[in-house]
Amino acid sequence: MTTKKFMYVNRRAPYGTIYAWEALEVVLIGAAFEQDVSMAFVDDGVFQLLKGQDTSGIDMKNFSPTYSALGDYEVTKIYVEKESLEERGLTLDDLQHLVWEDEDEDWAEKDSIRLVSRAELAEVFAGQDVMFNF
Amino acid sequence: MPIEVDGKVLETDEEGYLANINDWVPGVADVMSKEDDLELTDEHWDIINFLREYYEEYQIAPAVRVLTKAVGKKLGKDKGNSKYLYGLFPYGPGKQACRYAGLPKPTGCV
Amino acid sequence: MSILHIVNKSPYERNSVALAVDYMRDGDTLLLIEDAVYTVMQGGKAASIIDGQKAVVLGPDLAARGIAKEKMIDGVEVVDYAGFVDLVEASDKTQSWL
Repeated sequence: MTTKKFMYVNRRAPYGTIYAWEALEVVLIGAAFEQDVSMAFVDDGVFQLLKGQDTSGIDMKNFSPTYSALGDYEVTKIYVEKESLEERGLTLDDLQHLVWEDEDEDWAEKDSIRLVSRAELAEVFAGQDVMFNF
Repeated sequence: MPIEVDGKVLETDEEGYLANINDWVPGVADVMSKEDDLELTDEHWDIINFLREYYEEYQIAPAVRVLTKAVGKKLGKDKGNSKYLYGLFPYGPGKQACRYAGLPKPTGCV
Repeated sequence: MSILHIVNKSPYERNSVALAVDYMRDGDTLLLIEDAVYTVMQGGKAASIIDGQKAVVLGPDLAARGIAKEKMIDGVEVVDYAGFVDLVEASDKTQSWL
């Protein structure tokens, strides 16, 4: 099986709809099949990565800790769109710090999140084989 | 099929996984392994406890590949391989060990 | 006649918050729940939509989404589910902008 470049585009906020959690599950499944997986967070999708989520008051599963597992699944390219953050009054500091561990460099921690402009992200999209939109 | 553990009846799904992860007590693994004719050793418990910690931290049951790698890092290279893990859990470390640990079936496990 | 206007959609995805505000009259209250709570984020473009309006936001939905008190704009009241019920009771009717 040849490896394909899969891009999962997240444009929805978590909890209000099921899209965010569904996307995360599909990404984890896709990664288990050893594809070259990237994720992008644009529009309300950037809200998925906000720190400090606590769902105890709304009786729903808090899946924000699961994003930290993406590194274990070798999902190491997580693009966050700058314009979407700015429009919402957010900076990277408001988001979880996601890392992956490089086995070849004695498990050195490396940043997974890449802050990109809309134009830069469009270039990244152009280089993908398959796009999944949530 | 519900199972009885320490005098309590616990709901399971059609594949035998606990319906509610919060129902889990160590006795769940004892009861489930007895049904599979498997005697749990300290090595089994290392993996079961590891899975519970993983779920606590990430809110998912890891895929076998991820489990293998993570076990290798935490418990040593000699244990971080599928031969070792399948030796302990012949029905598959993902499925069987997660079931004993009270976790849902690993995401992406069919 | 006072109306409680309830919105549950993100202001960045739908125009529900803006439309509800347009329909508000003196004495009306705007209640933001679920994804509509993102309206109150400080520095966000949508915050200006509710400028000068009597707006109330549901606390458990804020917490779920990781919006801390200090990240909220001023002048918005936070209520819990009991406060939600009180608001419904205190209003003559409710209108949900789904």
